[in-house]
Amino acid sequence: MSHRELDDMLGKGWRKPAFVKNAWLRWALSVGFVAYLIAAFLTIDVDWGRVYEGLDRGWAFVLAFTSPDFISRWGDIWSGLLESIVMTVAASVVGILISIPIGLGAARNIAPLPVYIVCRGIVAISRALQEIIVAILLVAIFGFGPLAGFLTLSFATIGFLSKLLAEDIEAMDKVQAEAIKASGARWMQWINYGVQPQVMPRLVGLSMYRIDINFRESAILGLVGAGGIGATLNTAFDRYEYDTAAAILILIIGIVMALEYLSGIIRARVQ
Amino acid sequence: MPVLERDDAHIWRRRTTGQSLVRWFGWLLGVAVFVYCWQLISESTTWFFVWDAPRIANDIWTRATPPKWDYITQLGRPIWDTLNIATLGTIIALILAVPVAFLAARNTTPSALFIRPIALLVIVSTRSINSLIWALLLIAIIGPGVFAGVIAIAIRSIGFCAKLLYEAIEEIDHSQVEAITATGASRWQVMAYGIVPQILPAFAGIAVFRWDINIRESTVLGLVGAGGIGLQLSASLNVLAWPQVSLILIVILVAVMISEWVSAKVRGAII
Repeated sequence: MSHRELDDMLGKGWRKPAFVKNAWLRWALSVGFVAYLIAAFLTIDVDWGRVYEGLDRGWAFVLAFTSPDFISRWGDIWSGLLESIVMTVAASVVGILISIPIGLGAARNIAPLPVYIVCRGIVAISRALQEIIVAILLVAIFGFGPLAGFLTLSFATIGFLSKLLAEDIEAMDKVQAEAIKASGARWMQWINYGVQPQVMPRLVGLSMYRIDINFRESAILGLVGAGGIGATLNTAFDRYEYDTAAAILILIIGIVMALEYLSGIIRARVQ
Repeated sequence: MPVLERDDAHIWRRRTTGQSLVRWFGWLLGVAVFVYCWQLISESTTWFFVWDAPRIANDIWTRATPPKWDYITQLGRPIWDTLNIATLGTIIALILAVPVAFLAARNTTPSALFIRPIALLVIVSTRSINSLIWALLLIAIIGPGVFAGVIAIAIRSIGFCAKLLYEAIEEIDHSQVEAITATGASRWQVMAYGIVPQILPAFAGIAVFRWDINIRESTVLGLVGAGGIGLQLSASLNVLAWPQVSLILIVILVAVMISEWVSAKVRGAII
């Protein structure tokens, strides 16, 4: 801050600097935002009578969490949960295995341009399509069952993991890779000794994170017939069996928490 | 360093015999689990449908192309609803996430023993359940429509925003907070002048990031009846109007790309 600016500020009270510096932009943003909010609220028609009627049911659902019913539908819950876990494991393994070569191909400092474009294209398609939409299409093509869910999750894993792996490879330390190359290593050896040790910790961490996401997603794929716990949950909601639904939700939350804890330990160990 | 002695020669090895046995069994176990999972998936798959899949996929493709372009006149309102669900949901989530984050951060929580675990439980439980499941639940409680979608997105986003926000709060620079405290500021003044300015950029980044994700999620909320363009998608799917389905998928793709572009621009401007 120059002397002149300091002199100008002398004798005036301090005011908080604004978050958006340009005054015109600030005003335009806030006016536009308020106008949008008004428009949005006018077009949402809420049936408050219906909401009020539903509050009892909402309260019943909250109460159901204090007395979840694991027993009476345990067979359905267990088969759904097992299917979800099986889909998660299989899809994570296959997805991670496929995403490693694609991730290598999508890193500009390793792959030649044609390979780079193809791999980036695969990543872009996989990331742009939502899991549930992919699941709908795959169920239409492959029929109901966990195979469609497995394929959906594998496809989604490829987009997520390849992109982050490629970004990590692009940000790696070039010197180590060059040193390996200078020792006369073949391409595979170069990847194996020059690149892989640098990105391995992050790859393990990301894979754990993706397993976590895959399990959460596998819980909804059942809504469109792609296998997993979602179908059981949907049926429980449709039959207003809130205690069973609460039991399923508690199980999902518990497994996600366990996975997160586990991935935290593993990530701490590899880094 | 493990060294193998054979014929009086010392051969360097990376791992001791015990270590490599443990690794070998780990891999064996992993492969066995994967094979078992694959077997379960394969058992509940109708393989005839899978072998028939290329023909079906081709059939769907010929039905879906070209998209029914003039259907787009009916998509204006659903797109507007989708935008509203995402934006209003994000705003409500942010309003609720801020206090939760302050209660969950180690350095601002009033009581690390009682209140912090509750805040963390709120974060984990809202985060680990997908917005589609929240939408299912809310539809059973307050009836189908845009409002249920807004609330579903809001609940799902609380955990996400609060988690990122409380991590940002825990990473703030303490000397600034101390400086404000030293001037004799009250607890709230310390909050407003010492902590908030430090986390404001992170807050704005989180808001835009979550808004981008919410646009994606709100496009499919209609599949369970919670308003937005997903409603049109599920209606078209139910009557097998594939040309309409392909147009809706294109519209969703474009919407997702625009939201990603906007969020990248805004985050670039903040950071």
